[in-house]
Amino acid sequence: MREIALGQYYPTGSVIHRLDPRVKLVGTLVYLVSLFLVKNPLGYLFAGLFLMTVIRISRIPLKYMLKGLKGIIILLMITVVFNMFFTPGNVLFQVGFIKITDAGLKVAILMAVRLVLLIVGASLMTLATTPNALTDGMEKLMNPLKAIKVPVHEIAMMMSIALRFIPILMEETDKIMKAQTARGADLESGNIIQRAKAMVPILVPLFVSAFRRANDLATAMESRCYSGGEGRTKMKPLIYGKIDRIAYLILVLYLAAGIAIGRLPIHFWIF
Amino acid sequence: MEMIKTSSLTYEYPVRDEEGEIKGTFRAIDGVEINAKTGDFIAILGHNGSGKSTLAKHLNALLLPTEGTVTVNGIDTRDGKRIWDIRQSAGMVFQNPDNQIIASVVEEDVAFGPENIGIPTEKIWERVDEGLDAVGMQEYRTASPNHLSGGQKQRVAIAGVVAIHPKCIIMDESTAMLDPLGRQEVLNTVRRLNREENMTVIWITHYMEEVTDADCIFVMNEGKVVMQGTPREVFSRAEELEKLKLDVPQVTRLADRLRKKGLDIPKGILHMEELTEAICRLK
Repeated sequence: MREIALGQYYPTGSVIHRLDPRVKLVGTLVYLVSLFLVKNPLGYLFAGLFLMTVIRISRIPLKYMLKGLKGIIILLMITVVFNMFFTPGNVLFQVGFIKITDAGLKVAILMAVRLVLLIVGASLMTLATTPNALTDGMEKLMNPLKAIKVPVHEIAMMMSIALRFIPILMEETDKIMKAQTARGADLESGNIIQRAKAMVPILVPLFVSAFRRANDLATAMESRCYSGGEGRTKMKPLIYGKIDRIAYLILVLYLAAGIAIGRLPIHFWIF
Repeated sequence: MEMIKTSSLTYEYPVRDEEGEIKGTFRAIDGVEINAKTGDFIAILGHNGSGKSTLAKHLNALLLPTEGTVTVNGIDTRDGKRIWDIRQSAGMVFQNPDNQIIASVVEEDVAFGPENIGIPTEKIWERVDEGLDAVGMQEYRTASPNHLSGGQKQRVAIAGVVAIHPKCIIMDESTAMLDPLGRQEVLNTVRRLNREENMTVIWITHYMEEVTDADCIFVMNEGKVVMQGTPREVFSRAEELEKLKLDVPQVTRLADRLRKKGLDIPKGILHMEELTEAICRLK
């Protein structure tokens, strides 16, 4: 069977990998927030250094992080261009009707740095955490939402079942496509509308089979005494260990230091 | 002790026409009486649509009888309050191995049942070990189910049932989608559980070869039990079985044909060795 990379877990067994998924989720969130609280370039430098250190500890090659940036390169360009050319301020230089202002240049550069750090930070989390651990961590973290009737356990269960069935359904799609091609279905030529129409004979059997599987699975789960999240225990409950507490401490220190440095009234050229 | 008992079990469901209007009822099971004692290996045979899977779903309260009663370990399946006791006493393994594995890691799937019934964490690990040992899948405990063969997946499903500590295991055509090797693998595992752990087994299938060692065979057709008895008794009625679109085991059929040709071979031969001996005794 072909291997499908879910999420994009990159195992190295580092300390970062072994952290409780909740620490990593909260950590990523704190990091994203810190990027928006920083005001001067020194703060960004500090945030960047922090991220580099964590990446070093995780032992995941940097190029995997940068892969994540490919997806947003267009968004990045648009952000930079718009901010650079359309922000009013003192004109630094002008070519024809295009003028670049000091404020524009500043916003553009800071936005770009912020976006890059944001994406690299988030991909570090998905590279260092298995999808299952992420689901577990989210369930635990969202637990307080049960008070306002959010079906937290059900959402987590759905996510983990989806993770289990994605490869199975992909294999099935492959089989159906081959079966339909063997009967003369043309999936590759024609314009977009024709190709979309050609998908119908693939999607219909796929949906029928997915429903059948869902029905079977529900019966199997009932037979194995599943009755929702009430009174359920866990084989691998999430328990914070020593490294998790240390990680939280480092996170708090980072946030405090980041805000302190990032808000210093330092002025440097246009920044 | 009586493990599973059905008395005049009948199950009907409404048949709808194209507009969704009820136009009648279909009797999927009709007055079935089955009795399984603790430690029995009971086989239920029948071709597609004979009602054998509907019957299986009655044995752990997935379906409730229209008429008659089903008792599992002394509990009536209609007792809504004790439905989880019933499902803990009678575990079920289904036909499609992919559609009954819930977790993405083998050991976590085996833990699914114990987690549901609220076993404490340390005890879950013990039960997972037990389950995996019982089916010989210990070395695959951290593997993804997607990388296992069909037979191995069914063994994981059996481990998941064993971890609930049931008294009875119902195999609802669990070998139908497997290759011959996988089928043998699963059959051996369940036979061992039956022999060594005294687990009651209800084995539902349409492969005759699998049930030559059963304690008792029930043959179903159109919702009714049409034959019952030991394998020898049932398989010696080869012509009737063929009318029900069921094939007797190859060895039995061969023995039958030899007998018809005038050779002195006894009726109801089930194993290759028996036939060999019978032929050797011929002059």
